[in-house]
Amino acid sequence: MASAANKPIPGTHIFDGAAAQKGYALNAMCYSFNSAANRDAFVRDEAAYIDKFQLTPEQRAAVAARNVLQMIAAGGNVYFLAKLAGILGLNVQDLGAQQTGMSVDAFKQMLLDQAKTPAAREAIRG
Amino acid sequence: MAKVIGGVFTSHVPAIGGAIQRGAQNEPYWKPFFDAWPPVREWLDVQQPDVVIMFYNDHGLNFFLDKMPTFAVGAAPVYRNEDEGWGLHPFPIPPGHTDLSWAIIEKLVEEEFDITTCQDMAVDHAASIPLALAWPGREAPVRIVPITINTVQHPLPSAKRCLALGRAVGKALAEWQGPEKIMVMGTGGLSHQLDGERAGFMNAEYDKFCMDNLSSDPDALTRHSVHEMVELSGTQGVEVLNWIAARGALGATARELTRTYHIPISNTAAAVMVLETEAAVQSGKASSEAIPAMA
Ligand SMILES: [Fe+2]
Repeated sequence: MASAANKPIPGTHIFDGAAAQKGYALNAMCYSFNSAANRDAFVRDEAAYIDKFQLTPEQRAAVAARNVLQMIAAGGNVYFLAKLAGILGLNVQDLGAQQTGMSVDAFKQMLLDQAKTPAAREAIRG
Repeated sequence: MAKVIGGVFTSHVPAIGGAIQRGAQNEPYWKPFFDAWPPVREWLDVQQPDVVIMFYNDHGLNFFLDKMPTFAVGAAPVYRNEDEGWGLHPFPIPPGHTDLSWAIIEKLVEEEFDITTCQDMAVDHAASIPLALAWPGREAPVRIVPITINTVQHPLPSAKRCLALGRAVGKALAEWQGPEKIMVMGTGGLSHQLDGERAGFMNAEYDKFCMDNLSSDPDALTRHSVHEMVELSGTQGVEVLNWIAARGALGATARELTRTYHIPISNTAAAVMVLETEAAVQSGKASSEAIPAMA
């Protein structure tokens, strides 16, 4: 979805105008989860809540599957998806593990291991 | 006459707020990050700033995609930190400084920045956590002017534009006739990516480049396009735009006083820096204690 001038970055989805249009309903639903009452309403009756926000079939399938990459493909923005993830009891390591196909422990270890690279050691030294 | 004394630059990862609220600061995972703050607080104790100009990005609390300003300036007497949906309790937010907000707004528009103004504004974790780190356990004893930069929905403003915005804010501060001591905060980053198959990406080399140049040559940070910054620092690493703008507001010269870099906090390469200007109180105390920490 990057503009023509920019070459794609592997594993990276730029949230641009096309994504923002495509994802509007899904992101609007997620934005509503700033309110505890709305989070409760989603938990009580997920199907009715999703109907209210008129999610697209692709967005409905992604939410039903709890699949973050599918939600992103359907226009979801991670800052908004994080609010849905909170309801589902998932933190950003859980999201990272799911998206990278790693176990949560392996994903966390991958994060920790990045402190051990020569570049990281140099940056930590200042 | 108002004085711009310097700036505090920090990551604003939500999990930091969780650690504060759980009292986890001394746990092994968290200690290296929280250890960055005693020297910052010593500097603040010496400097006693009256106002914080807060450069940050909103993450879907005040702004949804229905209206997404590239740059927005708060001009409210009070600001609220609210429920963002994933469990952090709101932190206390100090009052606004509306006269200074409007002076900044006047100057920015005069300088041809077409900003949005907000007289009713919720500020999210990107403002509340940095304040809670700098002044723990209480409402920060300052008044604030929040300035948000869109780092959510592309196209984002370029680093060059963000630096220019900050410099225009700096002009407004230099012209402000009030007696306040003013500091800036720039929050977010450093490298991290929450979304996509590249989730978990960090880049210590690029982060070091940003930290090394922030005080002495901020224009160096404008050589990369936003797309290149995403590639180098991750989809959310572009939040360094907030740091670049805040640096611009400090004027031509700023001296690096403290620096802490730590991997990881949550999915993020975390950093904390203090830069001070020549207008800072030259006590020598904070700097002489802080410099060994940098070595
Ligand atoms: Fe952020």
